[in-house]
Amino acid sequence: MYVIVVGGGEAGYYIARALLNSDHEVLVIESDERRCAIIGDNLGNIVVRGDGCEAATLEDVGTSRADILIAVTGDDEDNLVSCQVAKHKFNVPRTIARIKNPRHERLFKKLGVDVTVSSTNLVLANIKQELPDNPVCSLLAIKGGNLEVVSVKIPSDSVIDGKQLSEVDLPDESTVCLVVHKDGSSEIPKTTTELAAGDEIIAITIPENETALKKALIGITD
Amino acid sequence: MNVIIMGCSRVGGRLARLLDEEGHKVSVIDIDPFSFRWLPPTFKGSALMGNGLDEETLIKAGIENADVFISTTQGDNRNVMAAQIAKHIFNVPRVASRIYDPIREEMYNKLGIETISPTKMGADMLKSLIEE
Repeated sequence: MYVIVVGGGEAGYYIARALLNSDHEVLVIESDERRCAIIGDNLGNIVVRGDGCEAATLEDVGTSRADILIAVTGDDEDNLVSCQVAKHKFNVPRTIARIKNPRHERLFKKLGVDVTVSSTNLVLANIKQELPDNPVCSLLAIKGGNLEVVSVKIPSDSVIDGKQLSEVDLPDESTVCLVVHKDGSSEIPKTTTELAAGDEIIAITIPENETALKKALIGITD
Repeated sequence: MNVIIMGCSRVGGRLARLLDEEGHKVSVIDIDPFSFRWLPPTFKGSALMGNGLDEETLIKAGIENADVFISTTQGDNRNVMAAQIAKHIFNVPRVASRIYDPIREEMYNKLGIETISPTKMGADMLKSLIEE
């Protein structure tokens, strides 16, 4: 596939490298001369210096035959415009944008950007998982399915400490799919699996039932 | 009319003054309060420091009751993104943007944003001036 990456920062660099390793044709558009040199030195002749929001630049790099355009500059507005120019002027079938402000997700979707990745939300989710007083953490939203994969750490005062999974009153459309025990071992749970404080539970739920699931597993609501 | 102007540049500031003098309710947003120097001392509207791409700032500026939204920052991409937030998220009836790049201007015009390209207009006017 021919993939155009707009923005040659850290994200752009590593995306380009990963795509090259999977034998795709890759082109990076970057405006900063120094970044261009770094990419050129490390990944070869795959970088063009220019503004990836300019139709003229995108024309020069053959955007009309691109299969995917990935916009990962540091600015949401530049990523949006790059994807919109790719879509509306060059009919690129799939556009992916990195967004910093999670609130912009709605607008990007509405305006036809196919995929948005919120780097802020990803960082937040990862950090939240490490915080001791935040036992429930959303790991992944399954787009299209309205489902969410969450991780729940069972606190020491939990109502389910010492109970079997069958005794836990899970809300509708929620399934526990993995239990990672305190000692690091993990198991795909059966109804007889015993849960203890300190265990981490990976569950699938619908966003509407996240609070109910939290209540069932921890015994508190907020 | 309730008008929101994002970007208190020379153009934005002047436009704010003109509309204010005509009795419209004008709200100006700029990320840098120093740029409010372009507003005259007689300006009766409001000047709000903030990022016009942020929905909360726009709500504070009164976008939910705005009749017109105009973006005149120095950045084409900021201008069109803000215009699209105004149009598609807040359903502002009239939305206009300054876009320097004539190619982008043409495209966003097709996408339903009213646009002005000072680059194109300026070049055309200078050309006709020397051809007189």
